[in-house]
Amino acid sequence: MNPGLTALLVVAGAVVGAPARYLTDRLVQSRHATGFPWGTFAVNAVGSFILGLTLGSTASPAVIALVGTGFCGALTTYSTFAYETVQLTAGGGRLFAVLNAVGSVLAGLGAAGLGLALGSLT
Amino acid sequence: MTAPLPGTGEEEVFAPPANPLEPLRGQARAFGAVAVGGAIGAIGRWAVGLAIPTPPGSFPWATFGINVLGCFLIGVVVVAVTELTDPHPLARPFLATGILGGFTTFSTYSVDAQHLVAAHRIGSAFGYLGLTLVAAVIAAWAGLEVTRLVYRRRIAARRTAR
Repeated sequence: MNPGLTALLVVAGAVVGAPARYLTDRLVQSRHATGFPWGTFAVNAVGSFILGLTLGSTASPAVIALVGTGFCGALTTYSTFAYETVQLTAGGGRLFAVLNAVGSVLAGLGAAGLGLALGSLT
Repeated sequence: MTAPLPGTGEEEVFAPPANPLEPLRGQARAFGAVAVGGAIGAIGRWAVGLAIPTPPGSFPWATFGINVLGCFLIGVVVVAVTELTDPHPLARPFLATGILGGFTTFSTYSVDAQHLVAAHRIGSAFGYLGLTLVAAVIAAWAGLEVTRLVYRRRIAARRTAR
């Protein structure tokens, strides 16, 4: 596929995915008083599921660029996840930091596996 | 309208339903900054992936490098916009949530680990998951602390000036 077109599809997916992460985080964090970063946890699990679904099915390179590289890549984040884990440690919540780190990785892995399995059925 | 009786628990019953969209009020410009930053970060990630391709079933070094670099930079950005400067209100949404959020990825990380499992490389899969996690958390911490150390005089001067 033409690299210029691929780049456009990546941008189109990302301009939706990144604000969707920001929106989810603001709505989720406004709903509970604990310091646990459920917003980032949720977008990372959901994005891993959608990417698994996309790559598990026989998606075209255009769909992979738009939904996979663009949308799922921008919806999910490692930088905010790592920063929030450090902040939990700094706030004295070592146990919560470990729970967030290990829980996010296992949730992402499980969600990706589920997506890949469901995608391969189509 | 009847005032709720104190101490009967009726306050909550009579409380108007909270507007679920209240946390989004006045956020249009922040959403725009996150969208533009996210597109820039995603294009950067896509370009690195083109330059350093990952053959199917091999160790995803490109995504590893992207995630660790992005985690170091978020530490730098957070200190820069909270302790070092009085930035424009859109600086953090644009740089941290947008560019670095769009540059780093959790979905490719999870799916690549599953691909290693599918290729019967279980050790590589969990090695990749663990190595990225440890390196990323250390990188974010180092980004914060190195920036604080390099600019310690300026940060101290700003604290005393307040």
